[in-house]
Amino acid sequence: MSARSETRLWLAQRASAAVLALCVLVHLATMIVAVKGGLTAAEILGRTRGNPAWAAFYAVFVAAVAIHAPIGLRTIASEWLQWRGRGADAFWLVVGAALFAIGIRAVAAVVL
Amino acid sequence: MAMREPELLEVDVWRSGGDAGGQFRTYAVPREDAQTVLDVVTWIQRKLDPTLAYRFACRVGMCGSCAMTVNGRARWTCRTHVAKVARGNRLQIAPLANLPVVRDLVVDMRAFFDKWAKAGGQFTPTASRRDDFVRVAPDTPARREVDAAIECIGCGVCYASCDIVAWNPAYLGPAALNRAWTLQNDVRDGDHPARLAAVAGDAGCHACHTQAACTERCPKQLSPTTSIAGLKRMTARAALKGEL
Repeated sequence: MSARSETRLWLAQRASAAVLALCVLVHLATMIVAVKGGLTAAEILGRTRGNPAWAAFYAVFVAAVAIHAPIGLRTIASEWLQWRGRGADAFWLVVGAALFAIGIRAVAAVVL
Repeated sequence: MAMREPELLEVDVWRSGGDAGGQFRTYAVPREDAQTVLDVVTWIQRKLDPTLAYRFACRVGMCGSCAMTVNGRARWTCRTHVAKVARGNRLQIAPLANLPVVRDLVVDMRAFFDKWAKAGGQFTPTASRRDDFVRVAPDTPARREVDAAIECIGCGVCYASCDIVAWNPAYLGPAALNRAWTLQNDVRDGDHPARLAAVAGDAGCHACHTQAACTERCPKQLSPTTSIAGLKRMTARAALKGEL
């Protein structure tokens, strides 16, 4: 991978980390507040269903995870397992795409 | 009056040879005041075993040739007092990590210095001998960055202390990146874009996890970690502007 691409991956991971820091805080705070009233599927769906704000929030959350996680795992695999190169990069791209697809499917399930 | 028996140091020294590539051999060395680890190694070679191979030159912390692993840590041995590092009366002296051993305490530094070249470690002049001297004000921000990082003696202590070097053989390492940072801040240098491309990416500054082992161990109290962070900022800006 070229120095330019690797620098962009690094930037994408830092930027997605900043987004995740905020998203995780909001997510945890919401969970803690929600549990106070008793945590049920009906209550969660009541909050999220048809709500464009929660849809947007969790879509951004999922996108940040799908960018952040595979870049980090790629680095760990390269350092600890010596797994590098085009094959590895293609694999992590698939992992990112799969994370995004699974995540968006889950968001759709609680919002639609 | 009977002379006091000198206190003895028990020194385990790495010796090459044998099936395992080498083993520690123990030597008894008289302990003295103001004794450095290099003094101990020299005493062993002069008095006990002339076949011991090690490297040194200046003995005063300038040349960067005497670095070894002392009690598990990379150190410059000529400026390391035994009193500071001995555990009781024991010392263990081994070659630097992350570099191939030539013999005993001597490592092959080629990979270390080849990476300086790969990181664009050479100054590229923009003026000729017919031009006047460039005047660089010492209080400019760029020159201050250079001053903070320029005193590297190339001893390899940072390189031997870096986990990323151990994990990723292509990683340029703290010293080479620190050198590149000084040149990127040198207003007289004419090779900034190419050097920036050379130090970006998984073998360059972006591989650094900011664990700062290099900075903790640097005998000159430099901070390669700061230099590498500077390169990360510089490359990020260039990438965002499409200049990388």
